[in-house]
Amino acid sequence: MTKKQAASKQVTAIEGWFTWPPSEEPHLIGSRCKSCGDYFFPKVVACRNPNCMSKDVEEVLLSRRGKLYTYTINYYQPPPPYIPPDPFVPYADVVVELEKEKMKVQAQASSSCDLNSLKVGMEMELVLEPLYKDSEGNEVIAWKFKPV
Amino acid sequence: MKEVAIVGIGAVRWGKYPDSTNLQLAREAIVQALRDANLTWKDIEFVVAGQDAYSGYPGISAGAAIEEEMGFTGIPATTVQNGCATGSYTLDIGRAYILAGLYDIVLCVAAARSPGGFFPTVEAGADPSNLDFWRYRILGKTNPSMFAYQAVRRMHNYGTTETDMAQVKVKNSKHGSLNPLARYQKRFALEEVMNSAMVSYPLRLFTVCATSDGAAAVILCSMKTAKKLATKPVVLASVYSPQPKYPSLDVGLSFFSTNSTVSTPPSTPGVERPHEYEVCHGALERAGVRPEELDFAEVYDISTPMEFDWMEDIGICKPGEGEKLMWEGATTIGGRIPINPSGGVSSFGEAYPAQALVQVHELVTQVRGAAGPRQVEGAKVGIAANKGLGQYISAIVVKK
Repeated sequence: MTKKQAASKQVTAIEGWFTWPPSEEPHLIGSRCKSCGDYFFPKVVACRNPNCMSKDVEEVLLSRRGKLYTYTINYYQPPPPYIPPDPFVPYADVVVELEKEKMKVQAQASSSCDLNSLKVGMEMELVLEPLYKDSEGNEVIAWKFKPV
Repeated sequence: MKEVAIVGIGAVRWGKYPDSTNLQLAREAIVQALRDANLTWKDIEFVVAGQDAYSGYPGISAGAAIEEEMGFTGIPATTVQNGCATGSYTLDIGRAYILAGLYDIVLCVAAARSPGGFFPTVEAGADPSNLDFWRYRILGKTNPSMFAYQAVRRMHNYGTTETDMAQVKVKNSKHGSLNPLARYQKRFALEEVMNSAMVSYPLRLFTVCATSDGAAAVILCSMKTAKKLATKPVVLASVYSPQPKYPSLDVGLSFFSTNSTVSTPPSTPGVERPHEYEVCHGALERAGVRPEELDFAEVYDISTPMEFDWMEDIGICKPGEGEKLMWEGATTIGGRIPINPSGGVSSFGEAYPAQALVQVHELVTQVRGAAGPRQVEGAKVGIAANKGLGQYISAIVVKK
């Protein structure tokens, strides 16, 4: 493979945490306990409810939409292993409450969203976006949440 | 009651000590604590040391390294690492050995140096299970980001303003200006805090804390032995640092989700921070102290609005009323229930493994009536609370 071809490649930031390759409707991948019904993200090998502890867990796609529970806007560049865009620009981290799963998940907010428009309670939707470029020039993709 | 005595305390001033090793800082705190207790190094029967993750071997294996630094006396020495509750656990382990009758005089100590700036992840391993790596890589989530999550919730729940948050710093810096152990002894004006750089909205440079170096030592002994020693012992009434009860509702520092509540309702329903609430109430129950009996509290103001959260978790006021108490002056020294008379983490900065021990240093100083210009009048009983990495939250009650 030539360097030029490699430069246009998209790769996943982490295997098995969200649906890959990219699609119109991406999902986070979690676990659901078939015994007690609790959800987990990322996936678990056994149910972590101490009243259950069943080994009968299934891989499930988590809801793509949820409500913004809380957020922050980061104005300072975090230390490694964060890999900043060049130049670094402020970005938001969000906590989104999933209704069906009755749990909250975290992500960065989409880089396309107006950071000042974030409001607790607003509807958010999962998207896949570039996080950074790796040493081979690949675009590294992760999940983010975007206001609907 | 499971009580032991605190007979000696020592601490260095919090700051940056690029030319000192963690062992030199530990030595200074230990020597002070021994002098305070009127004991010698050879009287210590067991050392429980907090781990310093940023000092290499002498920090990773602090118990052994401190024994070597002070001079081998052939006693057991162990090292613990439990995030911001590290100092609490040195006390918890120390008192357990005393209560079991295995040792009578135990040294609890932690010395810590911080790298400066944000606390980085300790091991930069990209193993999928090392979520502390992935929180930086994927979320860029620093420690202040997590505190900011809670601050935004507080704004949403109770209408807390940035002015409220800034005023905590103003108040605590007033207290810290009276404390020779505080790294920052300058009094801040409201405008200066409000105009400082935004770090993680809504938290600014002066409403989060600095990472610092520090060391503190506490000597514990049985109540029986304490009565024989030529000191005024105070009572370590409780140390409580449980992990959360399932389902945990906190996203914590290194977690990507909360637990799900499909099968099980929250352990304390209707509370924003059930884990903190349970830790603070558990520590008070174990000490046989009601919230209204507290004379003061040292709480983790690693972000200033968290001071309000703790007041409510402890039961000092109802949810959403912390701000009002502050503006009325109740939480200032001289008020009804001074919060962070030491100046808090706002004035100290955070040397996390040693932080709970320096909180206890203040509790002891206050109940001894030895706090000088920052003395809480008639202080008989106080609580310290803190939280950090790995869902570690702890509360400690000290009384006369």
